[in-house]
Amino acid sequence: MSQIMHKKVARRSKIFTTDHRSIGINYLLLSLVAVAIGTILSLFMRIHIIAPGWKIPFWGVVPPEGYLALVTMHGTLMVFFVLTTAPVSGFGSLILPTQIGARRMAFPLLNALSFWLTTLSLAVLLAAFFVIGGAPISGWTNYPPLSAIAAAGPGQAAGMDLWLVSIGVFCLASILGAVNQLTTIIAKRCQGMMLMRMPLTVWSWLVTAILILFAFSILLAAVVLLFSDRHLATSFFIPSGEVINGLAIDPHANGSPMLWLHLFWFFGHPEVYIAILPAMGLTSSLLANFTRKPVFGYRFMVTTTLLIGFFGLLVWGHHMFVSGMNPYAGTAFALTTMAIAIPSSGKVLGWLAMLWRGRDSRVHPLPTPMLFTLGFLSFFIAGGLTGPILAQPVLDAYLHNTYFVVAHFHLIMAMAGVFSLFAAVYYWFPLLTGRLMNERLGKWHFWLSLIGAYGTFFPMHFAGLAGLPRHYAQLTGSTSTLASFLPLQTGITHTAFLLAGAQLLFLINLFWSAHRGQSAGNNPWLATTLEWAAPAEGCIVRRGPYEYGFHRNLPDFIPQCAEDPEQE
Amino acid sequence: MPATFSRTPTDIERKDTGIGGKPPVDRRPTGGGGGDDNWDNHPSGRRGPRELLTRYRLGLSCALAGDLIFFIALVSAFFVHQTAGHFDLRENYVSDWHPLTIPPILWINTAVLLLSSLTIEIARRHLFHEVDVMEEWLGLGRPAVRRAAPWLIATVALGSLFLAGQWIAWSQLASEGLTFTTTQNSHFFYLITATHGIHLVLGILALGIALCALFLLRRVQMRQIVVDVAAWYWHAMGIFWIFLFVLLTCFQ
Repeated sequence: MSQIMHKKVARRSKIFTTDHRSIGINYLLLSLVAVAIGTILSLFMRIHIIAPGWKIPFWGVVPPEGYLALVTMHGTLMVFFVLTTAPVSGFGSLILPTQIGARRMAFPLLNALSFWLTTLSLAVLLAAFFVIGGAPISGWTNYPPLSAIAAAGPGQAAGMDLWLVSIGVFCLASILGAVNQLTTIIAKRCQGMMLMRMPLTVWSWLVTAILILFAFSILLAAVVLLFSDRHLATSFFIPSGEVINGLAIDPHANGSPMLWLHLFWFFGHPEVYIAILPAMGLTSSLLANFTRKPVFGYRFMVTTTLLIGFFGLLVWGHHMFVSGMNPYAGTAFALTTMAIAIPSSGKVLGWLAMLWRGRDSRVHPLPTPMLFTLGFLSFFIAGGLTGPILAQPVLDAYLHNTYFVVAHFHLIMAMAGVFSLFAAVYYWFPLLTGRLMNERLGKWHFWLSLIGAYGTFFPMHFAGLAGLPRHYAQLTGSTSTLASFLPLQTGITHTAFLLAGAQLLFLINLFWSAHRGQSAGNNPWLATTLEWAAPAEGCIVRRGPYEYGFHRNLPDFIPQCAEDPEQE
Repeated sequence: MPATFSRTPTDIERKDTGIGGKPPVDRRPTGGGGGDDNWDNHPSGRRGPRELLTRYRLGLSCALAGDLIFFIALVSAFFVHQTAGHFDLRENYVSDWHPLTIPPILWINTAVLLLSSLTIEIARRHLFHEVDVMEEWLGLGRPAVRRAAPWLIATVALGSLFLAGQWIAWSQLASEGLTFTTTQNSHFFYLITATHGIHLVLGILALGIALCALFLLRRVQMRQIVVDVAAWYWHAMGIFWIFLFVLLTCFQ
């Protein structure tokens, strides 16, 4: 009896806690919920595209605006609550302090507050499904004037308000989280952990936190302005002479929808790097570990991370080439966008250099985290190659509203980001449970996901090049060109189900391995970074983070905090 | 199972004597402990009395940096709307920007806010005065608290006075027929002053908490930190206001 009580207390203390590990796990569970819902929504969309008459259980046939609501909620859930929350807040809370040798975050209570604000934000967002009119329909970018006027569509009244509140709260939570991480990285490093001895994941989190301070503060301001347009009768974003659904909107208005676009994309583009920078840092670390080589050019990797963060703030206009922005500005943004390809491809070449003859030195026969890292690399290259194409204003004018863009960002942001998250889970799982995840299930999960992901998103390039528009509920009408896409769309839907189904293997693996997995030992991957070294008290870092394979007579790795090896 | 993660909380707190380590004072130590990144030059163990204070200041500066960007984004709306206009029937471009005459009471408000920055700085410095702090740390009464508290109360009073002044400015504008919804410019004026006002309300709350904390907290260092953080926040709001005031008066 008392034991049950004790367990209950322990569980409660894990939920309402200021311990960075428990908060990190809670963040990851929150993301798991969000990604499950987001995936189900995307499957609804895929079914609707090939079979518009299909009835969703408890909802019925999806009306056109219902499809747009699905698009909006899928995008919002995935971008904010999965690709931002999991790598930045989740693993940032779970791993970051231990990797720099700190016992806790700089402000543990603030960390807990960020988590609860994020949870509140998710709850408010999901509530939008259940209000009158349903979820908002103006996409995750919510361009005004449609998002500024309640009469613009069924979800644009209460649903849109909930979206704004949810994202406002999310901004606040992210900013507080970033403040905490920045302070932790700057002030809480253990003795000897100099800046140039930090693991590359920590560098990524540092740059990410700075980007969050910029990006989410801007988005918060934009949300405040939009909210005041909707409820305080201002017109920051509503242009004059606006007519929606046959109703003339406030004739005195003379706001500028372009202002929202600028503010939103000034947030939106750094957001992409917020999602992908931690993945890049993880990739460098994991490649070093699994090829048993030092990172190719540690200083180079740090520099490119900083450059990507810097350029990431200067390229927002490439989302707006077809918005009526000044064409000269478009040229400038095209140049900065192509400039950001330089540090990005520098990183890719560095990773490829690490893989060069990696087979000679690796210890495990391609374990699952390494497979997922290679998957990340593959998606990053495949998606990245279409980046410079879309960076051309001329080409973008044709491609912008087609499936080509859907293919591009799903490969480079969604799939690359998610594969890196899987790599992180498989890699750090022993830290959480003391057990390894099942390799056989992991490999099945990887290969099915890889086939599913390429099968789903790669054909979209061709659809986009052929002119298939995105954001349309129904493409199966009598028009001959659109009907000819139907076989392609059917194939995409089937592989999308394969992709989603493969994730069930991951869930099974997660629960099975947590209880029955092979026992891992202290340092299953023979890694050098501090989270595996289990420093008890007074840890002193004596060397850089990636000392693999240097010393022929000694073990092929030296943990960061190990005593100096005796000279022989 | 690695020791880094375990199923039960293992966070072992350092034994705390209740009064904490030696608190930071205004006289900086000279020599030793370089400010560089190499820990080998630092004393091992705790990194000196200013460590906690530095951390809180760092956190606050990061948060204020984000807040500054928030204000910059709001101000961008001001500049965008200045160029707003429409074409009339004869195809002439007519600007829709109506300059706003700032109520003169804002000058008085600005002076009041500057004065409040001065009072809180005095309060903050009292809490770091070495002789008083050492006396408090050794448990010989609370002279620093006694000297700082009146200045904190004065700051709260001046801050409230500023907010009242802003309210008067609003009602003056409203009596001229310029309400929130009248023009682009008045949207912006009300929005930006209200946003700044909300920040000041939070600041006054923080000052109130700091005042209570002065008498309730046992550790000298925590008392210092609470007042220090509130003071820097208050200074930042003062500086933000100067920028906004210049914007509203000179850039119409």
